[in-house]
Amino acid sequence: MIHEEAEAVKAPRVEDRARVTGSTLYVDDIPFDRLLYVEILRSRHAHARLLRVDAARARAAPGVAAAITYADLESSTGSFPLAASRVDDLRQPARSFLARDEVGFVGEPVAAVAAETRAAARDALEALEVDYEPLDAVIEPEAALEPDAPRAHASLPDNLAFRLEAGLGDVDAAFRGADRVVRLALQSPRLAACALETRGAVAQWLPASEELILWSSTQAPHLLRSQLAATLQLRESAVRVIAPEVGGGFGSKRSAYAEEALVAILARRLAPRPVKWVESRRENLLATVHGRGQSAEIELALRADGKILGLRYDAVVDVGAYHPSCPAAAPELTAAAIGGPYRVPASRVSLRGAFTNKVPTDAYRGAGRAEATLAMERVLDAAAVELELDPIEIRRANFTREAVFRPPTGVALDAGDCPSALDRLLSACAYASLRGEQEARRNAGELVGIGLAAYLDVCAGGSSARAEAVVWETGGVRVGPAGDVEVFTGTSSQGQGQEAALARIASEILGVPPEVVRVRRGDTAAIHDGRGVAGSRSVAVGGSAVREAARRIDAKLRSVAAALLRVPVEYVERVDGGFACGGRRVSRAEVCLEAHRAASLPADTPPGLEELVHYPARGPISSFGAHLAFVSVDRDTGEVRLEKYFASDDFGRVVDLLRVEGQALGGIAQGIGQALLEEVVYDESGQLLTSTFLEYALPRASHLPLVVCSRGETPSTMNPLGARGAGEAGAIAAPPAIANAVVDALREFGVRHVDLPLRPEKVWRLIRAAEERGD
Amino acid sequence: MKYPVAITVNGRERRGEVEARTLLVQFIREELRLTATRVGCETSTCGACTVILDGSPVKSCTRLAVQADGSTVLTLEGLTPGTDAPLHPLQAAFCEHHALQCGFCSAGMVLVLKDLLERSPAAAEREVRAALDGNICRCTGYQGIVKAALSVSTVTSGPAGGPGEGRA
Repeated sequence: MIHEEAEAVKAPRVEDRARVTGSTLYVDDIPFDRLLYVEILRSRHAHARLLRVDAARARAAPGVAAAITYADLESSTGSFPLAASRVDDLRQPARSFLARDEVGFVGEPVAAVAAETRAAARDALEALEVDYEPLDAVIEPEAALEPDAPRAHASLPDNLAFRLEAGLGDVDAAFRGADRVVRLALQSPRLAACALETRGAVAQWLPASEELILWSSTQAPHLLRSQLAATLQLRESAVRVIAPEVGGGFGSKRSAYAEEALVAILARRLAPRPVKWVESRRENLLATVHGRGQSAEIELALRADGKILGLRYDAVVDVGAYHPSCPAAAPELTAAAIGGPYRVPASRVSLRGAFTNKVPTDAYRGAGRAEATLAMERVLDAAAVELELDPIEIRRANFTREAVFRPPTGVALDAGDCPSALDRLLSACAYASLRGEQEARRNAGELVGIGLAAYLDVCAGGSSARAEAVVWETGGVRVGPAGDVEVFTGTSSQGQGQEAALARIASEILGVPPEVVRVRRGDTAAIHDGRGVAGSRSVAVGGSAVREAARRIDAKLRSVAAALLRVPVEYVERVDGGFACGGRRVSRAEVCLEAHRAASLPADTPPGLEELVHYPARGPISSFGAHLAFVSVDRDTGEVRLEKYFASDDFGRVVDLLRVEGQALGGIAQGIGQALLEEVVYDESGQLLTSTFLEYALPRASHLPLVVCSRGETPSTMNPLGARGAGEAGAIAAPPAIANAVVDALREFGVRHVDLPLRPEKVWRLIRAAEERGD
Repeated sequence: MKYPVAITVNGRERRGEVEARTLLVQFIREELRLTATRVGCETSTCGACTVILDGSPVKSCTRLAVQADGSTVLTLEGLTPGTDAPLHPLQAAFCEHHALQCGFCSAGMVLVLKDLLERSPAAAEREVRAALDGNICRCTGYQGIVKAALSVSTVTSGPAGGPGEGRA
């Protein structure tokens, strides 16, 4: 099933004019009077005892309004509470917004200064006096779990941060009965989300209303409100969080951060002056959470015909120096996603978290699932080579359309229809002719590879322990007496544009053009509850909430129309511009006005047109598909050229094709970055080597081919819209597709596996090593 | 110590007193309050701060304000003076082709492409991608941006010519 563009809607987005003319305001753009600027002094050491932090000279520096250290945090509890987690042996070393007596990573906040200008605040950092006593640092996660490893924190007995072990079926029997066992060890290096807008926050304490307002570039304003209220010991109603325009997040702006607490603490001291902190790019790479960071061994037990009998996955997770406020979220998703869209009768997963003296890792687009999918799709290709099967056939032999059950919860996950997605992919890319081109170019001496990856994305938090925390969402609809429509959503925006889809959902039910629907989000005073943006769920879950609220409003409008028409409600029909029964009609404007005026409403119809719904999804939502990469490798330089890329995705019912494609393409570009370029690198002492965009390489326009998308539309049964998640698929599928293509290109050198990123030097060394062996 | 500068920004002469270390982007954003020009990296690698300085695109995070004294600057705001002004064809194409998501890179993208298409009105895909190489977009994968540019370019065909291609 291939869709024509005309079938879906390409609505112009209400926010687009503002963004393309530059009039949108991100946190750093909002004008404030008498603003104070905050700069943070950060640890220069990966691990050190803090002997002395003296802010006296900084306090006396020109233009400085306050300089604070750990000793000045008494108006808060000093740290955010940790969310619940399903993992075992969860440990969190003592942590505070400003380090107390030990620092655990380069970039950890030590002191903060508020001053009249940004420059004055930066200058004052130089006047802070800090004495460190460096301690041994532990950088590599696997080494960190060795018995004699240096400890990442002096207060902990070892570096174990958590364990997660789960299994289904008799795995050992599956491996005993296998014709072939295929093992692969692989790394998912740390990545940086690199939202183009760095983090930033402005806090203001309003003495008159005894209320804190925090403007933050956050993905989850309501979660941040709860976290701030808890640590500042304020009622939640005394904390208002506003997420204005947010310039990307990709998971990295979901957790609450120390800097958000620090501006709040400073704002209470310096009230009523607003206090602003905006992260530099260097700070962003140093102190905003990283993603990925797993080293894994995966084993498949297989029959000779390629059928999977069992799977073992054993991984070490590089937690960094502390857990983020939602601990072990990505590893839980790895456990939920390992096995992909395949029938796996028996499986066992074991993940161990290791504390290291680096910034914490947390969600990044495709969190947990990208690691699982990379491992599964790589080991399937390795198995295909060993069993002399075609990579397509080994996948076809194992695809299932049944629900799949995954540890640790055993929750059923809708596996969708990967066989059809793969068929669409092969026809879209003209697979036979691609293989023909490959053969011809190989015969001419070129290194050319084709790689395939199928995926099953576990969206909306999947079957993790926190499913209940992310699977529901709020949606509201309010219609004013003049008929204007406002939609409220507890999802937030990082720029992906779900406002258009939400407006469309409400407008279809209410029979008004989407352009007249204003979508409000990202302000805890306007929308009282919500879960923000994470897990590719804004439309599937947030849209379902808006749909339900709009249906209730529509029912109310019909009952008001019935009262005005003096007929039973079941006889009321919607007509263009209003409602009718037989030949009599009332305009929409009359109905909206009467709903608020309530002059002739029946006793059982209260006045007003306002509904707020907490919508719970029926279960974990999945999306699925298959991607294909076509690469060539320069024999002399090792450079990988991604020549062609095809994506076949199924995001369920699509509400807004333009933005769904935008999500698909953006995810793929980040996946290509992970495959070819991106890697956070620390040296052995824990200094970050990739601390600017000069060292942390992001994909640019000429790195990317034109991506060809095809799409199925298998409705999800987990929500009434039938929507699935589109946000993360590309970031999950592209890395294994490209890795498989490059291994295929290097076939003549006997290369079985190569870890990402596939930078020229690494590939060149593989080629050189093989040539020196005389392969 | 402050130094006087006079810079013509979007057709209007703007005077100010700046420190020697004040960057052009700081003068534009903080003194003139023209915030369409964004700061994304501070190392001249992301292009979010691109402005047209004396006719050429320049990353305003790596120019001092004092260096721009006497110069002429165009920022994104200058393309659509006033809230009712019609969009520049590139801006309209950006909306149509979903060439932006979060919008943080858009000022730089639009100004770089405006410069390209003035120099090379029939720019094809390869040229467009090369022109964009100094500008990072983390959201879109560039495909919508490239399509938007090609839709304004007078190039008639190419491997990825018109909008709508890229879908099987």
